[in-house]
Amino acid sequence: MMTDLNKALIDFCLRIADNSLIHAQRISEWTGHGPILEEDIAMSNVALDLIGQSRGFYTYAAQIEGDGKTEDFYAFRRGEREFRNKLMVEQPDNKDFGFTMMKLFLNGCFDYLMFRDLMKSTDETISGLAAKSIKEVTYHVRHAGDWVVRLGDGTEESHQRIQNSLNELWPYTNELFEQDSVDTLLISNGIAFDKEKFRDEWTKMVHEIFAKATLSVPENNTYSPTGGLKGIHSEHLGYLLAEMQYLPRTYPDAVW
Amino acid sequence: MVTLESSEIWDLLNSIPDPEVPAISIVELGVVREVRITDSNVEVDITPTYSGCPALKSMEEQIRAKLLLVGLTPIIKTIYKPAWTTDWMSDETKEKLRAYGIAPPEKLSFENLHPFANNDKGPVACPFCSSTDTSLTSRFGSTACKALHFCNGCRQPFEQFKCH
Repeated sequence: MMTDLNKALIDFCLRIADNSLIHAQRISEWTGHGPILEEDIAMSNVALDLIGQSRGFYTYAAQIEGDGKTEDFYAFRRGEREFRNKLMVEQPDNKDFGFTMMKLFLNGCFDYLMFRDLMKSTDETISGLAAKSIKEVTYHVRHAGDWVVRLGDGTEESHQRIQNSLNELWPYTNELFEQDSVDTLLISNGIAFDKEKFRDEWTKMVHEIFAKATLSVPENNTYSPTGGLKGIHSEHLGYLLAEMQYLPRTYPDAVW
Repeated sequence: MVTLESSEIWDLLNSIPDPEVPAISIVELGVVREVRITDSNVEVDITPTYSGCPALKSMEEQIRAKLLLVGLTPIIKTIYKPAWTTDWMSDETKEKLRAYGIAPPEKLSFENLHPFANNDKGPVACPFCSSTDTSLTSRFGSTACKALHFCNGCRQPFEQFKCH
């Protein structure tokens, strides 16, 4: 019989893993289509890091759940209602390069602060995975942040396009900080930490870069899409999963 | 019954080249963390360089193959703590990288740990001509652990093992 704490821990790991995996899948769609070769390679590298991070958290969830579960089960044998990623990461990236960099920047700043807290987790595996992931995330944020500045204070067109990306993505940032009873239970056990506590720091971080990039955050925003924690997604996730899961769904247990 | 000494097992593992940078071994890279000899077996702890490093699987297979040759079937465990860092490389290992044509990583500093910190350590010395008249071409290179630079001295691109 699984304890409530273990159930919460599995959910917690799947949320982090799903978010990184879906984000990685989106970024990897650029492979072969990057604006220049260096950025094509950069995005593949970033996607690889994120897939690696999700694998760590999936593997830990599988270990706790037992019952023959594996990282591949979570990635390839679950439907969209079972995925717990935030809505921001599943939004299609095929708009322009700046959109991808803005998304990587907004989510990356959040991940940086989240992993910084999780490094202090009383759960040894969580703190280990966090210490590993934060180094990679730091590098991603640095890279994406540079592009946000470069495009923001670049030409009139690049400025307008990255500003449009920010306008489009900003409403999704509220969901990043959502928590529920899973978090509450883990917080009371010292395994996780209250995300609200670093919200001001996150806001300061992103504004610091937006100031340099001459970008402005949309004011009076009242639209705040949500649903990831409950597995209620935008229509885009289904298409993404259909592509990502095609092979293992069509040829179950196929090996490389 | 394991008849080898721990140091002999370390030596064996030290003869396995890194699949992506064969100039150094997986021990020198810092991937092999611990070797434990038990009554009937040997346990090897390894840690990934980057979370998604595709070479880890290959390293695991090579460790298995190498130890199988001396009659051992190791239990290989992937651990994440402490997180791998390029600071584990010795000066000798870094010199091997340089001689192979890859600029070695500098020492990890506080600045590496915050995304907005001033990370400009000045130019990386070219591994071919030692010129410091170089510039960063791309933060990301042919593998997760390397960045791409260009040397204005000898007009050649080169890779740097990123400080991590």
